[in-house]
Amino acid sequence: MSVSQAISVDRPPPRARGWPRTRIVGYALVGLWILFGLGILAYLIYAWNGEFFARYAPAYLQGLWTTLSLVAISMVVGAIFSLPVTYGRMSKSRFLSGIAYCYVYFFRGTPLLVQVYLVYYGLGSFRLQLESVGLWWFFREAFNCGVFAFALNTAAYQAEILRGAIESVPRGQWEGAASLGLHKLQTLRKVVLPQAFIVALRPYGNELVLMIKASAIVAIITVYDLMGNAKLAYAKSFDFQAYVWVAIVYLVMVEILRHGVEWIERRITIHLHR
Amino acid sequence: MPAQSIWTLLSWGPEGWSDDIAYGALVTIVLALATLPIGLTIGFFVAWAKQSEEPSLRVAANIYTTVFRGLPELVTLFLFFFGMPILLQYVIRLFKPEATIDVDSFIAGMIVLSLIFSSYASEVFLSAFRAIPKGQYEGGYAIGLSTWLTMRKVILPQLLRIAFPGLENCWLSLLKDTALVSVVNLAETLRNAGVAARVTKHAFLFYSVAALVFLALAILSSIATGFILRSLGRREAR
Repeated sequence: MSVSQAISVDRPPPRARGWPRTRIVGYALVGLWILFGLGILAYLIYAWNGEFFARYAPAYLQGLWTTLSLVAISMVVGAIFSLPVTYGRMSKSRFLSGIAYCYVYFFRGTPLLVQVYLVYYGLGSFRLQLESVGLWWFFREAFNCGVFAFALNTAAYQAEILRGAIESVPRGQWEGAASLGLHKLQTLRKVVLPQAFIVALRPYGNELVLMIKASAIVAIITVYDLMGNAKLAYAKSFDFQAYVWVAIVYLVMVEILRHGVEWIERRITIHLHR
Repeated sequence: MPAQSIWTLLSWGPEGWSDDIAYGALVTIVLALATLPIGLTIGFFVAWAKQSEEPSLRVAANIYTTVFRGLPELVTLFLFFFGMPILLQYVIRLFKPEATIDVDSFIAGMIVLSLIFSSYASEVFLSAFRAIPKGQYEGGYAIGLSTWLTMRKVILPQLLRIAFPGLENCWLSLLKDTALVSVVNLAETLRNAGVAARVTKHAFLFYSVAALVFLALAILSSIATGFILRSLGRREAR
């Protein structure tokens, strides 16, 4: 018995040709998706309305800008605020880590919509007290309330991302840096964080995508972001394409971001896989 | 309006709002529990398609997750809540003119949450699929089990055990996503708390209560999943 025969006995069944059941199902499903896409396209062509477009397209662009600035501001403020939370989470003091844990648990365990309502309606009911401390001008604007709630929320998530990334760097790195005579801050900046950011990049990207998606809910507290303008357009025109267009814009935005993050990740990990 | 103390407002009965919020919490739980089996089933099949050898199946499954993970939850909800009646009406008018259709917000919420939950769960299932060695399939083939039987008797039990922690996260975000259905007027926790807030003008109080309800649900589910996980672990050890 030759070697090739022995191998041919062990070989798994040959790949199916022709039309096995999986292929039929697969082609049917892809066909359904194509039909669905064509249906949306046909609907948009059928419902095409130059007047609608001319009237609401600028509003959508404005809304897109509002959405992007809301997400950008809250991501940055949240990133800054996540630093003390991360410090608390990683501190050895029971008190500090307990407080940070409660903070993170609250903001991750309750719906963002509830948090936004708590800030917008809840703090809004303390108008007199807020006026007396001189903070009312801030909480009067729905946009600011949205930013406030989003920043607090994303700070909790980002703190967890940062903590996980820092903890993923092995202890030996800290000890090695200490033996070289670097103090703690230097170690963190020059040794640990560069390695941690590679780990953290993908979760940060996911958090950004989640924030863009979640930002649609500020439309409910009367902020005219992308979704808010879509709601307004639908309420005025009763034209369903208002929501179809907004869905397409969100989908394109999220896909661009997702692929962008993947591209960056491939670029900065070139030295790891060769 | 006579000033009512907080305790009257939070009491059970006609004066207080606790019974309304408790009813809302019940609706939240029922909605999440009704979504779970549908979402899990769809998610499992989508993951199965994603790791199949047939390219067309993979493409179809990837489009599914791209769409439902890429769209904001609120947009999906509005698309279904406002779009489904139009579509259904159009179809039904072909057979029966004069008919009007109204979509129940519970049903719309259930469908949308299943779509979202299943696209996230499919990613969890997919990574669990990848953790199962190829030999398991070949073993099933060697003893003459059909593909379906191999999946059901050999792969699925291992798959669930591996996927469980990831699915727990999906469940927690499902619980939080149910709050969004309040926007289309389903009388769940947040909606009822909102009504109480508007009537009594104690917005902070009632939204805090709603937040506490969601926290309590999260804590309860982590206790429950802890139990399940421990019993799964025991069974594996034996």
